[in-house]
Amino acid sequence: MSTAHIIIKTVDITQVYGMGDISVAALRGINIQIQQGEFVAIMGPSGSGKSTLMHILGCLSQPTSGQYFLDGEDVSHLNKIQLATVRNQKIGFIFQAYNLLARTTALQNVSLPLLYNRVNPKTKEDGLEKARNMLELVGLETRANHQPHELSGGQQQRVAIARALVNDPVMVIADEPTGNLDTRSGTEIMNLLHQLNEQGTTIVMVTHDPKTAAHTQRTINLVDGLVDSITHNGRHSTQPVGEAQHETH
Amino acid sequence: MKPTEALTIAWEAILKNKIRSFLTMLGIIIGVAAVIIMVAISAGTEATIQEQITSLGSNLVFVQGAMMRGGPGQAPQGGLVYDDAAAIETGVDGITAVVVEQNSSETIKYGDVILENVEILGTTVGFPSVRDMEIADGRYFNDQEIERKSKVAVIGYSLAQELFGESNPVGQYVKVGNTKLAVIGVFKEKGLVGNTDFDSRIYLPISVVFQKFTPSMFARFMGDSVRMIYVEVDPDANLDNIITQIELLLVKRHDVTLDSADFSVTTQQDIISTQESTTSAFRSLLAWVAGVSLIVGGIGIMNIMLVSVTERTREIGIRQSVGATPNDIRLQFLTEALLLSIIGGLIGVLVGVGGAYIFGALSDMRTVISASSILLAFGSSAIVGAFFGYYPANQASKLDPIEALRYE
Ligand SMILES: Nc1ncnc2c1ncn2[C@@H]1O[C@H](COP(=O)(O)OP(=O)(O)O)[C@@H](O)[C@H]1O
Ligand SMILES: [Mg+2]
Repeated sequence: MSTAHIIIKTVDITQVYGMGDISVAALRGINIQIQQGEFVAIMGPSGSGKSTLMHILGCLSQPTSGQYFLDGEDVSHLNKIQLATVRNQKIGFIFQAYNLLARTTALQNVSLPLLYNRVNPKTKEDGLEKARNMLELVGLETRANHQPHELSGGQQQRVAIARALVNDPVMVIADEPTGNLDTRSGTEIMNLLHQLNEQGTTIVMVTHDPKTAAHTQRTINLVDGLVDSITHNGRHSTQPVGEAQHETH
Repeated sequence: MKPTEALTIAWEAILKNKIRSFLTMLGIIIGVAAVIIMVAISAGTEATIQEQITSLGSNLVFVQGAMMRGGPGQAPQGGLVYDDAAAIETGVDGITAVVVEQNSSETIKYGDVILENVEILGTTVGFPSVRDMEIADGRYFNDQEIERKSKVAVIGYSLAQELFGESNPVGQYVKVGNTKLAVIGVFKEKGLVGNTDFDSRIYLPISVVFQKFTPSMFARFMGDSVRMIYVEVDPDANLDNIITQIELLLVKRHDVTLDSADFSVTTQQDIISTQESTTSAFRSLLAWVAGVSLIVGGIGIMNIMLVSVTERTREIGIRQSVGATPNDIRLQFLTEALLLSIIGGLIGVLVGVGGAYIFGALSDMRTVISASSILLAFGSSAIVGAFFGYYPANQASKLDPIEALRYE
């Protein structure tokens, strides 16, 4: 491992839904590390726990057990308010379904995270300026006053990316960002994400497409709630974590 | 999130759903308007009653006979007699006038016009002054006419119109029962005071009423019965003291005890108190009705806000995912409920003031719009909004971000 700054470090993270006989173990002990500036793809069959992991990494939910260090801080036991602050300050989340506010302009959608920024509050003018810059970054400066229904899927996802970046997060988490898009729009979004990564943004992305994954630096393969294998730049290598994990749980 | 931003978001949310926002406000609009209109009606009623009471005449003590007549041919057992009035006038200190009245009812004829069961009121010279009545035409009768039992009459405003129409009654003769009377005057319009219609009566010297309309074979021994003695009190005198003097005097004259008295002494204050207790009952009933309608309005807000929270679950999830805390979400929805109820309250004030004004103009009832009722109604609408808005806002704040985002 390099000595670069570690953004994500998880220790034996589990997520169990439900209780007793009907309980489902969506994650059964995940240990991963992601460094600053990395572009990591998460792959795995449907139901293997990819989204569940993304929600935990994105601080949208807390693991049932285990520890999660984000940017050096243990966030596994934060309360709802602290978690919301972490989401606001450190994470940009990109969803498959874009999740823009309906009947709200692109510019307003992009500024939404600024509204909840208590740590580094901006004046209204500065905020709008920043949001405009982000729209420019994703190539949508001419669509600032368009509402989501006036934009194509690819454009909506670009607005969502601009929104994810507006508070200068330490990483971007994307759960199948091209899942709802046609190939061309999907490629455009991927190019944008690569461009952002080249500019230094750490990205963790779930994808179904092996070709898309192959363009990232690493692919983490999940199977049945466990890390099955990790692929480096097309070079396949099974990390020595696999079997040890099974035994500790 | 700053309160100003919460206000902006709430305002935009209200504008995005104009119809629903209006329907939500409707309950509050109706509630606030109801409070204002109802308070205006009861204040108007109270003002009317106050005026009537003032027009009873000032500083009056009413001495009323409680007549318990025996069977036919038997002497009336007790009650007031004409001489009681004279006794009060000479025996009680601190009074300025004593007026007596006795009534009966008779058929009145003038030309072709025949009116049955007209109230005839026999009274004395002080009557117009103590009952605050003014002569419109002609004159009132004097002491000599009472002493001589002159066949003269003064008629009330509406009775004059019924009998004489447009022509001048003064100088005409009317037949009351079998007695022919000269009309010497007509009163100005006075209207209803309590249940008494002062305008539909004919006023005669009391001596004529005793002689012609309420003759009694016992009058010779006991004096002529009277219905009421008005005692006008010197404004500087002590009212309670005068009442006690009157009661002692009459108890002695009638040879009764105060507990078994055949008369009662009341003051204007007593009448005001009874009237006030009925209006305050009316008032509190209206206040309850209006209050309930405000609460119903509040429940309406809660209802729609709950629907709105459910409908906007995904929006809540999106806001949470970019960093909205539970407090931010609660503040947003609470602000929206508050803003809805305040706008509703303002519209309600306009509707209420307009409604009270129109109601007063179109009906017999008077309405008095008071600033305090507007403040009360508006203030309670805001409180209702905050109270009923809290629960839905709190529900919204408790949503789980992932489940909220998954909501279709
Ligand atoms: N809220 C939930 N309640 C119960 N089970 C859940 C819930 N969310 C996910 N699961 C289960 O957890 C497992 C992993 O789901 P998920 O993380 O969505 O998989 P993926 O995104 O890889 O398709 C699945 O078996 C799914 O049914
Ligand atoms: Mg998934």
